[in-house]
Amino acid sequence: MSDKVNININGVDYAVKAGQNVLSACRSVGVEIPFFCYYPHLKVAGSCRMCLVSVGTPARDRQTGQLIKNEDGTARIAWMPKPAIACGTAVCENMHIVTDSEAISQCRQSILEFILLNHPLDCPICDKAGECKLQEYANRYGSGVSRYVESKSVKPKRREVAGKIMLDAERCILCSRCIRFCEEVIGKPVLGFVKRGAKTEISVYPGGGEGLNYLLNVVDICPVGALTEKAFRFKMRAWFLRTARTISAESSAGVNTTTWSRGGEIYRVTPRANDFVNGSWMSDTGRYVHLGAAAGKRRLSGARLDSTSCSLSYAVDRSVEILRLSGFAIVASAFMTVEEMFLLSELAKVCKARVYMVSHVAEDDGFLVSADRTPNMRGAFVTGLIDRYPGKDLSELAQLVESGDVRTVLCFDEDLKALGFEARHFKKANVIYCSSAENATSACAKVCVPLENEFEKSGMWINRQFRLQSFEAAVERPKGVSSTVAFVAELLAKIGGDEFSEPGVELVRRVMAQRVPQLEGCQNIPEEGMPIDGSAFSRVAFPEGPAFKYAPSGSK
Amino acid sequence: MAIVVERKKLNFFERWYLPQIVSGLCITFKNFLKPKVTIEYPDQRPALPAGYRGAPTLVKDSEGREKCVSCQLCEFVCPSKAIRVTPGSIDSGSEYAYIEKAPKEFKINMLRCIYCGLCEEACPEKAIVLQDTYALNSTSREDLIFDKARLYAAGGTLPDKIMKWKRVRDNAELKGEH
Repeated sequence: MSDKVNININGVDYAVKAGQNVLSACRSVGVEIPFFCYYPHLKVAGSCRMCLVSVGTPARDRQTGQLIKNEDGTARIAWMPKPAIACGTAVCENMHIVTDSEAISQCRQSILEFILLNHPLDCPICDKAGECKLQEYANRYGSGVSRYVESKSVKPKRREVAGKIMLDAERCILCSRCIRFCEEVIGKPVLGFVKRGAKTEISVYPGGGEGLNYLLNVVDICPVGALTEKAFRFKMRAWFLRTARTISAESSAGVNTTTWSRGGEIYRVTPRANDFVNGSWMSDTGRYVHLGAAAGKRRLSGARLDSTSCSLSYAVDRSVEILRLSGFAIVASAFMTVEEMFLLSELAKVCKARVYMVSHVAEDDGFLVSADRTPNMRGAFVTGLIDRYPGKDLSELAQLVESGDVRTVLCFDEDLKALGFEARHFKKANVIYCSSAENATSACAKVCVPLENEFEKSGMWINRQFRLQSFEAAVERPKGVSSTVAFVAELLAKIGGDEFSEPGVELVRRVMAQRVPQLEGCQNIPEEGMPIDGSAFSRVAFPEGPAFKYAPSGSK
Repeated sequence: MAIVVERKKLNFFERWYLPQIVSGLCITFKNFLKPKVTIEYPDQRPALPAGYRGAPTLVKDSEGREKCVSCQLCEFVCPSKAIRVTPGSIDSGSEYAYIEKAPKEFKINMLRCIYCGLCEEACPEKAIVLQDTYALNSTSREDLIFDKARLYAAGGTLPDKIMKWKRVRDNAELKGEH
């Protein structure tokens, strides 16, 4: 059986993938059908009735089984007597679908009028306004006026769910997406319908939702403003926010995200659909990584030499001088992009510097927060920075400093003081600390070079599935802060004499594609990422356990 | 191409000159007797027509409640980017807690404002109103960036005929839930 079926939408023939529903078939060829309750990653509920379409198949004679023809020779279509929901109807061969008739637009208008009967119409104070499907459809398919003169029904408002969501039952259109999400994805019912008929409302099970780390996804899938995020409540209207395609730095799961910012300030992070990585979900903790970058961590805002602030170019020149003096060791960070790691590994090769890394391992939740809490540990393997899984601290390097074998440490992001370095080590060796954040190491390092944080840079990370994914910068880096690629390329050009005198991500990617076999074709990776060959590292003891769309290489 | 215009040849009477001076002075003296069309600005102020678009201000309703719910539509529509709203929520202890949202800060840069009135048109709560103040001046730029307190002081009260939020509250009380 062929995996394609021929269907006819509004008089135009298409060949679409078999086995899907009418709604996704229409969307796949660019015919829009409005819907509220359907969600691609959840089961079909068919409760909103917004996606009504007319469907029919060619009529056959009951006796002979022959196709009946019209007078003009075309096949006669036996239309279903009533419209059918596009989300709950599967496509079949020769199916005819009409989405633009007068009757269908009447259906949509009536359904919208019905949904809007008790809707509070408080768009000015609703956080969903601007990205609300009810608003969009009421604008596009609604009648524009209300005939309802009775008073609207009253339901609970401003109810907190698990301390992080605000529930407004009046705005709810009873699509049940959130209920299905909790049951199907989290596997624990949190929300449910109570009461009957026009009084049906969404409610929370006693104690429901406490301690769940994926609950905020219901805010993203809520088509209206019934469930809104408390942290984003009344912060900014959606239409002011600029979006950037980013990757969550929370763990090696590589969750695809969208970062929403205005004027250099990040307001929220939401999941971005990628069927190969995260479906359309992300963890609640991953949404607040940017808050740590803004508040918890203090920003390393200017270059420093011996704890005295200096210009960025002077700090870079001094770093070059110090690195030229003697052999040095590199402490790389798994938050660096593949491009930065590649340049660093070239630098390490040219200068014969030893590279150390630190593992950041925590509990694996088996879904989208993996054990490795760094986004790009596999990038370090692919670019040849390291060849075995790093340990938890740098005591080995500290011993080398103690014995005087290593006189200079070029450290990225990692806090040496928390990883086995004492004050005496900082006296024995020159530490060049390059990062976006202040910590105990930055306070006693010889040179501090301020670099961009993970929301300010663009590049690529390799997630636990060995999938190469690119991301954009969400906000601009502040003044006086260097791009990491430019900084490492400058070190490489001045110390190693390599060809990266005019660095740029594009140039680095081109050279990388030539020199690293696994990264061939990395200049233009598709939006959903590019799986790369990780078989060379099958013996590495990666800490991640089996999880959503991921099986560790040993357990296959 | 230049066009040469023939100058009219003056006759004897016109060349005589004095009648022209006299007729000119007649117009001058006639205007002495006509009613005045100018005023002594700034000692006198002109009467402004209805719908005059002066400085935008925030207003309160007849209950003294601030009408603005910080939906930021004025900020969005403002062509000169003169408005900056910082949204905030109403404390749960307030009588108006059910309206949920109010501006934490509201700034209008009167130097940037072009008095187009789009903010007034966009406002779903009729909370921003262009008044008939037209000659704002100051000795510093900062002084002409009006904050929320100054905008309410300049706006005063505007009676609301619809009282939409009061109707929401009355309905909720009537139905006895909530």
